[in-house]
Amino acid sequence: MSGRGFTANANLNPALPVRDNVPVRAVFGPVAGLFNGFFEWFGSLGVFTWQVVKAAVTPPFEWRELIRQLDEVGSKSFPLVVMAGAAIGVIISLEARYSLSRFGAKSMFSSTLVYSVIQVMGPVLTGLVVSGRVGAGMGAELASMKVTEQIDAIEASAINPYRLLAATRILACILMLPLLTLATDAFALLSGWFAQALVEPLSFHQFISNGFRGATFNAFLPPTFKTAVYGLIIGLIACFQGMRTSGGAAGVGRAATNSVVLASLFLILADVVMVKFILVFFS
Amino acid sequence: MATVFDNAMRSGNTQQDNAVPFVAVENVHKTFGLHRVLNGVSLSVNRGETLAVLGRSGTGKSVLLRLIIGLERPDSGSVCIHGQDIAGLAIDRMGEIRKKMGYLFQHAALYDSLTVGGNVAFPMEHHRRDLSKAQRNDRVRQLLSEVGMEGDIEKMPSDISGGMQKRVGLVRALALEPEILLLDEPTAGLDPISSAEFNELILKLQRERQMASIVVTHDLHSAKAIAGRLALLNEGSVVIEGTFDDLQQSSIGFVKEFLSQ
Repeated sequence: MSGRGFTANANLNPALPVRDNVPVRAVFGPVAGLFNGFFEWFGSLGVFTWQVVKAAVTPPFEWRELIRQLDEVGSKSFPLVVMAGAAIGVIISLEARYSLSRFGAKSMFSSTLVYSVIQVMGPVLTGLVVSGRVGAGMGAELASMKVTEQIDAIEASAINPYRLLAATRILACILMLPLLTLATDAFALLSGWFAQALVEPLSFHQFISNGFRGATFNAFLPPTFKTAVYGLIIGLIACFQGMRTSGGAAGVGRAATNSVVLASLFLILADVVMVKFILVFFS
Repeated sequence: MATVFDNAMRSGNTQQDNAVPFVAVENVHKTFGLHRVLNGVSLSVNRGETLAVLGRSGTGKSVLLRLIIGLERPDSGSVCIHGQDIAGLAIDRMGEIRKKMGYLFQHAALYDSLTVGGNVAFPMEHHRRDLSKAQRNDRVRQLLSEVGMEGDIEKMPSDISGGMQKRVGLVRALALEPEILLLDEPTAGLDPISSAEFNELILKLQRERQMASIVVTHDLHSAKAIAGRLALLNEGSVVIEGTFDDLQQSSIGFVKEFLSQ
């Protein structure tokens, strides 16, 4: 049937109103938009990741910028993770002493503290602290560069911004997260022992030897090195959000917020998968 | 004393085949969302030639420059640099072509974490690794002295005026001795005296370096002063292209209206 014929037929029924699909659109429109946005975001992230990987493995390598970012992510986050680690060590120590006393298992104090810090709290706490500090910083810095055309200027100067800006930052996060986690763990154990030692006599040597009794490398290395994946998530999300932003100062704020929120969310989701993975392959 | 621009002339980098235009834009279309910005634009620029692209705000002048330097891709049509179509080139391959091009952004787009000297040195640090730090610093000072800013080398971009930022942006665009210079609204936001000085500076550089230049502007006086050829854009299309006299003699309503402003 030709289009003309169809139009003619439609005109033969003037009493029938043209069906208004506004209510349908009102219900399904936002849902469809949400789905589109969701898949578009992941698609763009995939393309971005591919560009970064390509840039990271081909010369010239931006060593100087990488060192600057290692300092930015590593040394400048160190005081924060140390303080957070020390605080969480005291909290676990207080909670563990109380709970273990109730069940008559005070002798388990050292190993409870060591295992809960190194296997669970240390990595996650470090990831979330770095996600807050570094994720927001990177997201805002790159977004600000984007809206003021500085990233375009880098590209116009024949420099690959994925290599200079993204690859260096992501690599710095991947390399620094495990080291920062070790620092968090160390200060959490130290402060946890100290909090316990204030209440009842417990030498540091005794605390360590009890805590690590029967421990294997498999119990401690995978939880520490899984934070490299946290680093990948934090760096990737922050760079992606920063470099795709638009809309002036509001866009910069949005990029910083989204970097932290999304990086923290994906970090926790990734932890669920990695904990299972570690239990299956390393326990 | 020979300037860096004289040296560039002698370096042989600019010895290209004159038969091939340095920049050739052919039937380019570009749409953002539902908004058609460019609608079949064709232009070409040869060595030593300056083309001014005029038009009202929002007619796609800046988009045209971004297409030429590869920051945007055309929906259809082609953009050729030295005869090579840049559509679909990978970012690193495009980088090789961009080394021959200089781009002055409308708001200068200086790196705000670097000093004035750092901004000018930035492209050289990445592409002229054969130069020692001392040689690079000498070139930065020499380039800045060309625009009368050798005393501001240690200042941050936030500490200098808009006109000075434009000059630094221009010097940064010239740092790699480009064969093609793209200027986006070089005199926008400048007072008449600074604007005239900037025009003089561009003319001087043109005389010395014989680059192919495209200047996007809505400043008719500036366009008349620095460009031999003018193209007037309206609603994404080139309405007229020619010398200033050609535009003055045109009977097209929009051209008359634009010139009368």
